[in-house]
Amino acid sequence: MSSTISLMTQSSSRQFWLTRPFGERATQIFLGVLFAALLLVTVLHLALPQGHPLHVNAYTVNLFGKYLSYALLAVAVDLVWGYLGILSLGHGAFFAIGGYAMGMYLMRQIGDRGTYGDPVLPDFMVFLNWDSLPWYWLGFDMAWFAFAMVLLAPGLLALVFGFLAFRSRVTGVYLSIITQALTFALMLAFFRNEMGFGGNNGLTDFRELLGYNLRSNDTRLGLFIATGVALALGYILCRAIVTSKLGRVCVATRDAEARTRFIGYRVERFQLFVFVVSAMLAGLAGALYVPQVGIINPSEFSPIFSIEIVLWVALGGRATLYGAVIGAILVNYAKTIFTGVMPDAWLFALGAMFVLVTVLLPKGVAGLLLHLKRRKKSATLPKEATA
Amino acid sequence: MSLLQSLTTRDRVFDFMAPQASPVDVRHGPILYMEDVSVSFDGFKAINNLNLTIDDGELRCIIGPNGAGKTTMMDIITGKTRPNAGSVWFGSRHNLLQMNEPDIASLGIGRKFQKPTVFEALSVFENLELAMAADKRIFPTLTARITDEIKDRINEVLETIGLAELRYQPAGILSHGQKQWLEIGMLLMQRPRLLLVDEPVAGMTEQEMERTAELLTGLAGKQSVVVVEHDMGFVRSIARKVTVLHQGGVLAEGSMDQVSSDPKVVEVYLGADDEEAA
Ligand SMILES: Nc1ncnc2c1ncn2[C@@H]1O[C@H](COP(=O)(O)OP(=O)(O)OP(=O)(O)O)[C@@H](O)[C@H]1O
Ligand SMILES: [Mg+2]
Repeated sequence: MSSTISLMTQSSSRQFWLTRPFGERATQIFLGVLFAALLLVTVLHLALPQGHPLHVNAYTVNLFGKYLSYALLAVAVDLVWGYLGILSLGHGAFFAIGGYAMGMYLMRQIGDRGTYGDPVLPDFMVFLNWDSLPWYWLGFDMAWFAFAMVLLAPGLLALVFGFLAFRSRVTGVYLSIITQALTFALMLAFFRNEMGFGGNNGLTDFRELLGYNLRSNDTRLGLFIATGVALALGYILCRAIVTSKLGRVCVATRDAEARTRFIGYRVERFQLFVFVVSAMLAGLAGALYVPQVGIINPSEFSPIFSIEIVLWVALGGRATLYGAVIGAILVNYAKTIFTGVMPDAWLFALGAMFVLVTVLLPKGVAGLLLHLKRRKKSATLPKEATA
Repeated sequence: MSLLQSLTTRDRVFDFMAPQASPVDVRHGPILYMEDVSVSFDGFKAINNLNLTIDDGELRCIIGPNGAGKTTMMDIITGKTRPNAGSVWFGSRHNLLQMNEPDIASLGIGRKFQKPTVFEALSVFENLELAMAADKRIFPTLTARITDEIKDRINEVLETIGLAELRYQPAGILSHGQKQWLEIGMLLMQRPRLLLVDEPVAGMTEQEMERTAELLTGLAGKQSVVVVEHDMGFVRSIARKVTVLHQGGVLAEGSMDQVSSDPKVVEVYLGADDEEAA
């Protein structure tokens, strides 16, 4: 899998690391398909009248936007799991923290239009009889500060957590378990009212983002496009990392950690760096998700959600990045359909899908694509030879 | 060099451009010098008053029955095991007993372990690239480019280890023997002065052994090579000088013919081996 990728990088390895992915066929196809999809949805939404069979309504645009933010989250997980071998079962926590940072900004944008009409305090704080904002809510009325926190807060958590874990060489299944514990602990904390994040109900009733009304169709379309662009940028960043020498050190660490350390790389620092980058991307995904669904509550911290993300990546195919995108979109599309028909059976369906893919497509959908491509190539080769 | 110094000595501003002189001083004698070294594990003397000198550029074979202390000796040289007594010098300047493992490695002592581990998902070329002596911190690694100079160096090593044709293949598809050569290549990328090679031909086919013999004899001269090996045919094919270890000490030393006719050696080692072979 990664060997085919590494072959492709060989010719372009002399370029500047951030522009290197553009020389890759796989990235070009991915970006082409993504932008074509963004354009198509936009055109079908704006140009066709309501009631036209091909019209994409605002609800669907919104739904697609949600899928794209999940796709970005899956790319972040694939970066650490696929290339570095760190099976994080706690990435939902970084996603949720990014979401809460955005939610706090949106809460403060409500101003005095809440039920209680307090110019500063969000409704739930008035309800709790608080008379001032807790210190960690300060600054969130400023967009630049809130958007910085979208990246910095999950990044900082990942830095501290990763520093402790990787320094003591906690990897493998133990790391997976403590990442689950991390997200579970955060869920319990965020459930508590006195934490100041709205407890059980979380943050909701948002009105505006940067002055745009969140309930308008145009804002929804804008958020959908912004999420698509964020996915493209996140994807390019991840590809730039995995096609660099640092990416090769990651793969080396994944496959033979002690050996990598032995030839002089400070493995724990590489793990920490990539883990923090991944957490920040997950935070960004959460921040784009929240205004589109209109709420953030502690259920995003639930351990099962973090496991689900890993399933998307496994289904799509590890260590390809585009596989993660395919997996996230496919599974969530299936989820939308399934929960409409038989909501109780969704988890069973997910489990069955996972078992089937592991048995039939051990390398996921991306593995199937690569296999088909190779078959096609070997089928066309003899023809070329005779021609 | 301190900042102040570097500012005052204007003629040496571009230090990094000067060819790097090897810090190892071999003008006054051998590259490796071990004297009266002893190690005991829970009272059991694995190494017992061992004396050994390796000359610069020499190819030395070390043989000895199981448990003679060959691997332990390498552990001492590379800093993995600390001896209870004795001294170990690298050139005339570096006391290896006062250094830790990474420092010893960066000084130019490369070690190949018995079991080969290469990065299977990466290509042969990339395996060598990662092993190369370079700035191995995060950001230099992230922005590193493969310059022509680096490419030349990797190609040179690819030729030496005979894997030039397989450079873009993932290392995972290599045969056992080819993996061993790749490992030796990864050591060579760090431009070592002394190579320690533990049982390189175990599990190799006859042809692979021949190639390995060529490879190791080709390396000698450019760097010093110490080979631990059980296979007598192989040792005979490469050896110029052989050291026989037994119970943690040197039993005999000399050419293969001298050593194999030494009655002490025949008794503890070769005799038993020949009987087995017969
Ligand atoms: N860490 C250790 N603790 C206890 N005993 C050890 C340790 N390392 C080595 N020994 C013992 O020291 C002796 C020498 O071991 P060593 O591995 O150096 O032998 P060797 O010559 O490499 O043998 P072989 O040919 O089997 O590889 C053996 O009896 C071994 O059991
Ligand atoms: Mg041994």
